[in-house]
Amino acid sequence: MTTLTDPAQAPARSWVDPATTAPAPTLRETWEQTLSLAGRALLRMRRNPETMFDVVVQPLLFTAMFAYIFGGAISGDVSSYLPLLIPGILGQTALTACMATGTQLREDMDKGVFDRFRSLPIARIAPLAGPAVADLLRYAIAATLTILTGVLMGYRPGGGVLGIAGGWLLVVVAGWSLSWIFTWLGTVARSAQAVQGISMMIMFPLTFLSNAFVPVDTLPGWLAAFVQVNPVSHVISAVRDLLNTGQVTGEVGIALLGCAVVVAVFAPLAVRSYSRKV
Amino acid sequence: MTSTPPTDLAVDARGLVKTFAAQRAVFGVDLQVRRGEVLGVLGPNGAGKTTMLSMLATLLPIDGGRASVLGVDVARDPHRVRRLLGVTGQYASVDENLTATENLRLFGRLLGLPRAQARARADELLEQFGLTDAAGRPISQFSGGMRRRLDLATSLISHPPLIFLDEPTTGLDPRTRGQMWDTVRGLVAEGCTILLTTQYLDEADQLADRVAVIDHGRKVAEGTPEQLKSSVGSSTLQVRLADAARTSEAVGLLRERAGLAPSASPESGAFSVPLTEPDGAADVLLLLRDQGLSLASAALAKPSLDEVFLALTGDRTTRTETMRTETMRTETDTSTEEVA
Ligand SMILES: Nc1ncnc2c1ncn2[C@@H]1O[C@H](COP(=O)(O)OP(=O)(O)O)[C@@H](O)[C@H]1O
Ligand SMILES: [Mg+2]
Repeated sequence: MTTLTDPAQAPARSWVDPATTAPAPTLRETWEQTLSLAGRALLRMRRNPETMFDVVVQPLLFTAMFAYIFGGAISGDVSSYLPLLIPGILGQTALTACMATGTQLREDMDKGVFDRFRSLPIARIAPLAGPAVADLLRYAIAATLTILTGVLMGYRPGGGVLGIAGGWLLVVVAGWSLSWIFTWLGTVARSAQAVQGISMMIMFPLTFLSNAFVPVDTLPGWLAAFVQVNPVSHVISAVRDLLNTGQVTGEVGIALLGCAVVVAVFAPLAVRSYSRKV
Repeated sequence: MTSTPPTDLAVDARGLVKTFAAQRAVFGVDLQVRRGEVLGVLGPNGAGKTTMLSMLATLLPIDGGRASVLGVDVARDPHRVRRLLGVTGQYASVDENLTATENLRLFGRLLGLPRAQARARADELLEQFGLTDAAGRPISQFSGGMRRRLDLATSLISHPPLIFLDEPTTGLDPRTRGQMWDTVRGLVAEGCTILLTTQYLDEADQLADRVAVIDHGRKVAEGTPEQLKSSVGSSTLQVRLADAARTSEAVGLLRERAGLAPSASPESGAFSVPLTEPDGAADVLLLLRDQGLSLASAALAKPSLDEVFLALTGDRTTRTETMRTETMRTETDTSTEEVA
């Protein structure tokens, strides 16, 4: 065996001199690695189309269901309820769509391939950011289908094409930002089921204790107070402004700021707990 | 540390410690691997092999001691260390959702290869590992052996100078095992340094230039396979009695009358006697005949690493049980999923 290792016989190899390599991945490398891993996540979605069930079915089902059940009671008739409801459903679907990010990440992390990601010289955030980027597709599908369903039911957004585009974009951005909460959950929870359970507990108060389905002034004072600080309410108000009036109001600013804060807090937390995970 | 002191040690670990919730998985292990060498870490299940490798590969934080890889400190410079390493874990770590080609291309891209080069390298490795025919199939349809080969191929994408192999043949059938050995020898011929762990003594004997034996998180011996063998004596007499029931009587007799240290083998009726001189065999046989202990068979052999291991780590019964279970696992179907 030792005779085989005679350096004279060994063919020239591309030898990496450790001293010349960078001590950390550059921003550009991080971006490219994230895109590669987003590509992987997209392939995974294509091979497992059932994971898209929620973003396809929920917009259709919830929009129709809520419109016909609450429309008469809240706004007198279905079509005058739609301007209130569609942005609400958009906010809700964005949140449920990004909830799945955490569950799927946790499932993925329990498989062997994540061990390899961890041993590679890649940015620690890339295995988390890759799926997050790929999930933009899910939010885009959910937002598009919700708006289309609304339009089919008679919704005529006052904001016009630009307003619709703006509202659509805000929903996608909000979904992506909020998904970092669930990504973080995915890295700390013990199992995919645990992620699912905790996510539900976060999701229900955030969507139902918001202005998604009813005007805030119909609520008792203490509840209205919570609804007003709920970031989801701000996203929904902003989407309403964009869709119904086409105006970039202060609510849009607040919503974007809220999204930025969520990412700034939860992305580093997620990377930290992911790097530590045994 | 910006400049790296020249070192001919590929791995230099001193006093490594890892504690899991009050349980010491690795306790004060020193490990040096020279460049171009194959170091085998030999130990039974739960000895701490994977834990040690994980610390060296930056996958687990080091609780105590320090380690460097090709002169780069593992704790301080993990990213640089990862660039130098190809790690093949105990369980295949490839993406089940992708095909073999897609896996290799993905990891090529992640390692910074341009698209065309990642494709070329993937094809090259598929060819080298005999996976070209299965290249387009999803990994979920792969046999255990194919998975292992793909896993190893994935670790070699960037031509790492140092390769960690964690139990590369556990769970493989003998033929696939032989192929894996050939692959490892090929890597050595290319000038790679290899740190491998194994539960199999013959594997360490076959592949390693030096062997470190670990048990319960501690290093109990180190040396070339030859040195380890000679530490138990120059040869071993393996005896099987016609009447298996009298084995312990024979063992006791040799211990008291000849001052030898025979050890009973797991198979009933057999025991082995370490000897300093091969000539001592005649005395043993005579002594047995004088007591009317008739033989079924007797053979003089160089001691196997098995015996070295038993001699070094003591507690025979539990150890041999583990090993036999492991051997049985090897022989079972390897196409079954290898999950922990
Ligand atoms: N993540 C972990 N948490 C707690 N204990 C662990 C963990 N990993 C390994 N151990 C324990 O550490 C010991 C060494 O394990 P390991 O390094 O996997 O051994 P080997 O690879 O030699 O079979 C075992 O007793 C095992 O139960
Ligand atoms: Mg192990």
